[in-house]
Amino acid sequence: MSSDAMAIPNATTEARPWVEVVHEWVTTVDHKRLGILYIVYALIFLVVGGMEATIIRIQLIRPHNDFVSPQVFNRMFTMHGTTMIFFVAMPILFGFANYLVPLMIGARDMAFPRLNAFSFWLTALGGLLLYFSFLGGNGLYGAGNAPDVGWWAYAPLAARAFSPGPSSDYWTIALLVSGFGSIGTAINLIATILCARCPGMTLNRMPLLAWLNLVMSGMVLIAITPLSAAQIMLLVDRYLGGHFFDTQAGGSAAIWMHFFWIFGHPEVYILIIPCFAFMSEIIPVFSRKPIFGYPVMVGATVCIAFVSLSVWAHHIFTIGMNSYANSFFAITTMAVGVPTGIKIFNWLGTMWGGSIQYKTPMLFSVGFLFQFLIAGLTGIMMASAPFDWQLSLSYFVVAHFHYVIVGGILFAVFAAFYYWYPKMTGRMLNEGLGKLHFWLFLIGFHMTFDVMHFAGILGMPRRIYTYEPRPGWETLNLIVTIGAFVQGLAILVFVANLVYSYFKGPKAGNDPWDAWTLEWSVSSPPPDYNFAAIPAVESRRPLWDLKHPEDPDSRYE
Amino acid sequence: MLRSEKSRKLLSKVAGIAVLLAGGLLAASLCYGAPGDPSPVPSIFDPRSTPTKSIYDLSHFVLSITGLIFVVVFALLTYVVVKYRKREGDDGREPAQVYGSTQIELAWTVIPILIVVVLFLATARVIHSIQDAPKPETAVDVVVIGHQFWWEFRYPQLGVVTANELHIPVTEAAHPTPAFLTLLSADTDHSFWVPQLAGKTDLIPNRVNHMWMDPNETGIFLGQCAQYCGTQHAKMLLRVYVDSSEEFARWVRSQQQPAVMDASVTAGKRVFETTACINCHAIGGTVADGRFGPDLTHLMSRQTIASGAAENTKANLRLWLQKPDAIKPGSLMPAMQLSNADLDALVDYLETLR
Repeated sequence: MSSDAMAIPNATTEARPWVEVVHEWVTTVDHKRLGILYIVYALIFLVVGGMEATIIRIQLIRPHNDFVSPQVFNRMFTMHGTTMIFFVAMPILFGFANYLVPLMIGARDMAFPRLNAFSFWLTALGGLLLYFSFLGGNGLYGAGNAPDVGWWAYAPLAARAFSPGPSSDYWTIALLVSGFGSIGTAINLIATILCARCPGMTLNRMPLLAWLNLVMSGMVLIAITPLSAAQIMLLVDRYLGGHFFDTQAGGSAAIWMHFFWIFGHPEVYILIIPCFAFMSEIIPVFSRKPIFGYPVMVGATVCIAFVSLSVWAHHIFTIGMNSYANSFFAITTMAVGVPTGIKIFNWLGTMWGGSIQYKTPMLFSVGFLFQFLIAGLTGIMMASAPFDWQLSLSYFVVAHFHYVIVGGILFAVFAAFYYWYPKMTGRMLNEGLGKLHFWLFLIGFHMTFDVMHFAGILGMPRRIYTYEPRPGWETLNLIVTIGAFVQGLAILVFVANLVYSYFKGPKAGNDPWDAWTLEWSVSSPPPDYNFAAIPAVESRRPLWDLKHPEDPDSRYE
Repeated sequence: MLRSEKSRKLLSKVAGIAVLLAGGLLAASLCYGAPGDPSPVPSIFDPRSTPTKSIYDLSHFVLSITGLIFVVVFALLTYVVVKYRKREGDDGREPAQVYGSTQIELAWTVIPILIVVVLFLATARVIHSIQDAPKPETAVDVVVIGHQFWWEFRYPQLGVVTANELHIPVTEAAHPTPAFLTLLSADTDHSFWVPQLAGKTDLIPNRVNHMWMDPNETGIFLGQCAQYCGTQHAKMLLRVYVDSSEEFARWVRSQQQPAVMDASVTAGKRVFETTACINCHAIGGTVADGRFGPDLTHLMSRQTIASGAAENTKANLRLWLQKPDAIKPGSLMPAMQLSNADLDALVDYLETLR
């Protein structure tokens, strides 16, 4: 295999007119460029969604605050949720998958480069459509512009009777369009992983990142389709006189909830599985040991994917399902904790006996492990349906899913940034700023989301723009808001680090972490088409074999 | 050098423990009100009825199991994170490469499965005991109808209609009088949540839901709409008055009376009957029989207006009629554009509706 980078020199690194550069990026079908486009696009929306969260938190800093009107507040939490799930979390994970999967399986590009570009631009169009609603839409009766029906847009609030203007149509079409983008990327990832692996890379030798993205892509195909179908039905209701969800004409509000959550719950796993993938690459490298129990890690992931398709109604334990249905969804939800627990233990087993280096990627990974543990345990609490009748729709749930999405997914994404940024840009991120970012974000995160649990226990419902001055609620909300600002500060440090290091960071070289997967065998950033000669592998850690010819992995697998 | 390092570590440990303790104390003090005192904080850990008590007991069980898992895994993680860190004097050789262990992995698969089975059985028992509880003959039926952004309560057995403030009798062990609620919605989804009396159940249009509660103590219990229902979801507040059986009977009798007809306020009554008020509101014994807004027959028997958004005082009532947005922006109550004289007359009239 070719270990030395055979960089194909770019002929024109001289200053070119900016139009030409932009044109190159817009028309690119290169998986690395598209990956970076996804990531940059998601980062922009991360800042936008973060600002929306800040507005929400300023409004809630004290009871009866009038920083924004209820209408604006309702738009903010709708846009915050929709943005963060569909236009931050998904694109950023797709971005990493796009960038990394071909490199890690020894391919020169994705299976369908043009579909890849098409998918990205669909997603991009979706995000722009959603935000165009601020200019083009109007919402609940008499109430402004952007959609304000909540990110799950429960029927019949999204019906024309209650949302007469086009604002919720922007929401619908934005999700429909970006949903097709997601499906395109999922098909592409599946095809790439199944068909474009380099010689010797059997399924059993594939890096876990590729395996987990394969599972995630399968889930996208299954989960996004009901969402798209429901969005089309909603459009039919709103414009063609359909009555799927129109309760005033005999439609069913509950069926929308089922449609939404049969997408919505697998979606959580669509987001977290790629993060498991980051963990499964980063933790071994910084512990200096191979992943503990590779086959079980793959099996647990597939198991999570299957079980998580049958748990959706735990989001709607309060809608009056009968006791048998509630019991069913309670046990499936608890059952999903088993394979998830296996994963945590296997990461623990990977670190056990290792020689752990606490570089920034590993710090974020350790943060992930602790926080994901807590998120899982509060999840078990809410799987207990009667307990959920109290916790559901309260700030406890808000705390729980932010523990998953921020404490889990975002921490893992930050770990991935610090780990692969050198590969993508050729420069290391600054360690000092990275550690500052980690500690600030950790403190802010816990101030905000630990405290939210208690607000929920004290009976504070979510999605309220103001609240009565009740003992406990006031102090808790104040702390939550302060924590949000600390997190905001940490994000600024992160963005500053990204920009500073791009120009001033030390050169990374091919393999700054002494890692073991194929992407580290090529230059940073990798040359066009990645590999001058397609590599061949004999184990799960080809670079380990190369570095330790006396004791290759292939002997043990 | 070494010493300062040690003391710094010790200091950080002490600080960590202090933070944990403080957090625990804060949580404990917040979650547990003084017993017997209707708390102004609707904590779910302060149950006052059978269903919330059984949820509370279940939650303790679940919390202790998850707490135990947390302590064990947290300790393991901390141990690994500290013990296996790369040290200064390491020789730079790679640690032993271990690929897995079937026995260990089997252990941490089987043990969680057993825990899940236990948790599920405990959960299923409580689901069944709450959802499939038989309804005693002596139960009080209430139909709860969610509206944007207020609550309508109808007592079909008693012929009483009221809004936002639910009255139900306390349950005595010898004579159980649980309230069985039928939950409906007139428009969007809502959710009925009074944390101390019952877990929440949604009110969904075109669907009939049920819940019940049997408060074991008199007092006022606070709650609010828990399912986002539109602009003023936040001010769709809810309170439950748990009365002694005598008080409840007295309240029912007074609610069954037609509206008071006071000759001194006929001017205000005329304003009410000749403006759009009657399109939405009902007052027993008058031409007003609207259903979009709360029944006002016994308006003054309620302590709050606008679904708990304001105290029911003369000044607030006047402001509510004149400029509802000042109290509850986005509510469906229109500003009535009355002259000052009409407004005063109308307020005087409403003030007589005891």
